Amino acid sequence: MQITDAQLRRLLSHVQKPGRYVGGEWNSVRKDWRVARVTLALAYPDLYEIGMSNLGLALLYDIVNKRNDLLAERAYAPWPDMETALREADLPLYSLETHHSLADFDVVGFTLQHELTYTNVLTMLDLGRIPLLASARGSDDPLVIAGGSCTYNPAPMADFIDAFAIGEGEELIVEVLDAVAAWKASAGPAERRRAQLLEQLTQVPGVYVPALYATTYATDGALASIRPRTPSAPPRVCKRIVARLVPVPERPIVPTMEVVHDRAAIEIQRGCSRGCRFCQAGMIYRPVRQRPVEETLTAIDHILANTGYGEVSLVSLSSSDHTGIEELVAQTMARHADQGVSVSLPSLRIDSFSVRLAQMIQSMRKTGFTFAPEAGSQRLRDVINKGVTEDDLMRTAEAVFRSGWNRLKLYFMIGLPTESDDDVLEIARLLRAIRKLGRSVRDRRVQISASVGTFIPKPFTPFQWEPLADHAVVEQRQHMLRSAAQADGIKISWPDWDSTWLEALLSRGDSRLGRVIARVWRAGARFEAWSEHFHPALWRAALAEEGLDPDSCTQRQHDQSETLPWDVIDVGVTRAFLWRERERSLSGELSPDCRETCHGCGIRAAFSRERGVLESDDWGCPA
Amino acid sequence: MQTLVVQRMRLTFGISEPLHYASVLDLGRLWERLLRRARVPLAYTQGYNPHPRLQFAAALPVGYTSECELLDLLLAEELEPQTFLAMIAPQLPPGLTVTHAEAIALHAPSPQAGMRAAHYRVSVCTPRSANQVSAALDALLTRTQIMRERHKKGEMRAYDLRPLIDSLTLSGTHGACHTLEMVLRCGQEGSGRPEQIVDALSLDHTDLTIHRCRLTWGDPPEDKA
Repeated sequence: MQITDAQLRRLLSHVQKPGRYVGGEWNSVRKDWRVARVTLALAYPDLYEIGMSNLGLALLYDIVNKRNDLLAERAYAPWPDMETALREADLPLYSLETHHSLADFDVVGFTLQHELTYTNVLTMLDLGRIPLLASARGSDDPLVIAGGSCTYNPAPMADFIDAFAIGEGEELIVEVLDAVAAWKASAGPAERRRAQLLEQLTQVPGVYVPALYATTYATDGALASIRPRTPSAPPRVCKRIVARLVPVPERPIVPTMEVVHDRAAIEIQRGCSRGCRFCQAGMIYRPVRQRPVEETLTAIDHILANTGYGEVSLVSLSSSDHTGIEELVAQTMARHADQGVSVSLPSLRIDSFSVRLAQMIQSMRKTGFTFAPEAGSQRLRDVINKGVTEDDLMRTAEAVFRSGWNRLKLYFMIGLPTESDDDVLEIARLLRAIRKLGRSVRDRRVQISASVGTFIPKPFTPFQWEPLADHAVVEQRQHMLRSAAQADGIKISWPDWDSTWLEALLSRGDSRLGRVIARVWRAGARFEAWSEHFHPALWRAALAEEGLDPDSCTQRQHDQSETLPWDVIDVGVTRAFLWRERERSLSGELSPDCRETCHGCGIRAAFSRERGVLESDDWGCPA
Repeated sequence: MQTLVVQRMRLTFGISEPLHYASVLDLGRLWERLLRRARVPLAYTQGYNPHPRLQFAAALPVGYTSECELLDLLLAEELEPQTFLAMIAPQLPPGLTVTHAEAIALHAPSPQAGMRAAHYRVSVCTPRSANQVSAALDALLTRTQIMRERHKKGEMRAYDLRPLIDSLTLSGTHGACHTLEMVLRCGQEGSGRPEQIVDALSLDHTDLTIHRCRLTWGDPPEDKA
């Protein structure tokens, strides 16, 4: 069904920020439903303002809508006031473009970027009038797929998702939609239709269909195995990659209401060669692919001409590692500064080159400088392979102050493997040293703010086997740090424990968590990433009711050989490499930037076919 | 980037669905972006965070449509109004129409200055008959004071709606929906909001649309309604 204008008007008269729910933004695409062979709803399980800032979804929207026979529209999680309004009006959750109910689409594709959005997936399915459980869906229900960084451990959401699209979606999404189109055009007995579709999807590389796998547990409750039930399903599903970055959308949607990242954004590099051992992005987004400077500059010209944005962000995991970054920044400024356009760089390494880059661009004058030393002591920075010395940090800080900034923001973590009280006290010492340096360089007072997160072990990292630090230890070290660093001009903040704990649980949990997620959702859990809506007690109660011990997932040292819930996924980086890095980590050995020395992570072997199509070695992997 | 101002262009524009859900800040950003796409030679403010200089007449509340919004733009180059209109035409998003552009004196009074009233056309759908609605209007207008509350700077404040009503009439009925014409004060001494009038009429309405038709400036007319 399609929501009418009159229904929409009445509905939206009851909600805050109705602009979240109407669509019609510049560059949004409305296509003819009668022409589309397959219709796709791209669903982001968080607010419009968050979801509209996601580059991945914008890329898929562009790719699918460029195909004449396909159609993609968008849907975001409704804030609780809108959920109530929809239920009271007895109306379904609808797409922004043509206001079709989610149930009208052939495929609903969720992107899972953050574990604390999982309950919102259930809200969107339920309001979209799609059965929550994959097993309860019939041939008339949409195919529900999911991709994004959280799906590298698909287990916790496996009850709700028909098929996971693992890895980079640029080619994969189109192959999945083509498979759906072929299935729609085929015939078969009604009761077998859905099973046929799922079987056919296993033939698309990168697709994981959880219903076609059996999970077994040992008598002590430990995960024993995840194996295909049918010969057609691969024992492990290898992630997809594109050999080189595909062209960026040159007509991205320009939201009318203000969103979190309200600017043009262009991905200049994917992957990171630094190999920080805590960092999931650094492992799962391998190999490194750079967008060439000329292509990037042309794309920026077009994006700005088509959007009118006043700011462009050059996005990557480590912007200063792009070999052409200086030219990119200089050229972008030269071409567009007269139109009032500024440039921003979201993530900079700790070195003086970064300070020079920042000096070139106006936007950072407003925002101040941000660096991530991650750990306070050299010993611990070596354990996590940060590759940054105290000398680097002090010299960079000095350059920042000398260049005119008074504010510096630093990211640290507490609870890293092997951490002692002394390592945490070193954070305080560093903060004080930087403050002293700042005061000697600047006439004015300097402001140092430290954001101290709690380390969460993530799948497909060298620390995937490690326990989350105990709550008591984390709290004690936080307070120790605060008193040791207390001084004018130093501000320390940290996240609340419960959301750290829940993220840790959902990151590494197995498929038994599906029942917990369904339970908390029925009890009213929504928007866990928003502290005003997060009720940890619901989760603890649901875990107890399901007879699950969360500590065995979060707080336990996992064995080298044990089956992990994400073993069914292959990210190219091998388990042997991750374990080797873990061992090196514990003995404090550094693994330098892999563009210098290949550490044999497995990417080259896993993707030799993709690498073969490249004329030159664009990935920066050494020969 | 130009900071020198050589021309002031005054536009009249209209807002319809779906853009009527945009806030005043949203509209400012939307105009800024469409003018950049159109490559209109804007004059920018100086400083680290330069922005084009736009002035609106009266904030249009979220949910209202309009045909009479005013926007003054400061330009760094002179443009014929027709040239200007042709430049921006391809860049107008759904829900935004521009009906008029004229170059005015650089130091002409701002569009807010001396604003007196706004004329609204309001459609109210209700189980009440035209006679009942008409009687409710008469009853409201005979009152000397209509105390209402509204949010102001985070707190509820009481105010008198009556002096903000210049006129209020029933102009037509189509089925269950009645069209009300309202002329309400708008400006420094407070602005009347059509939905507050509809609330004060207690019509048990099921649907409500509000359209702003005209803004007026200058002294009040002699014969107040």
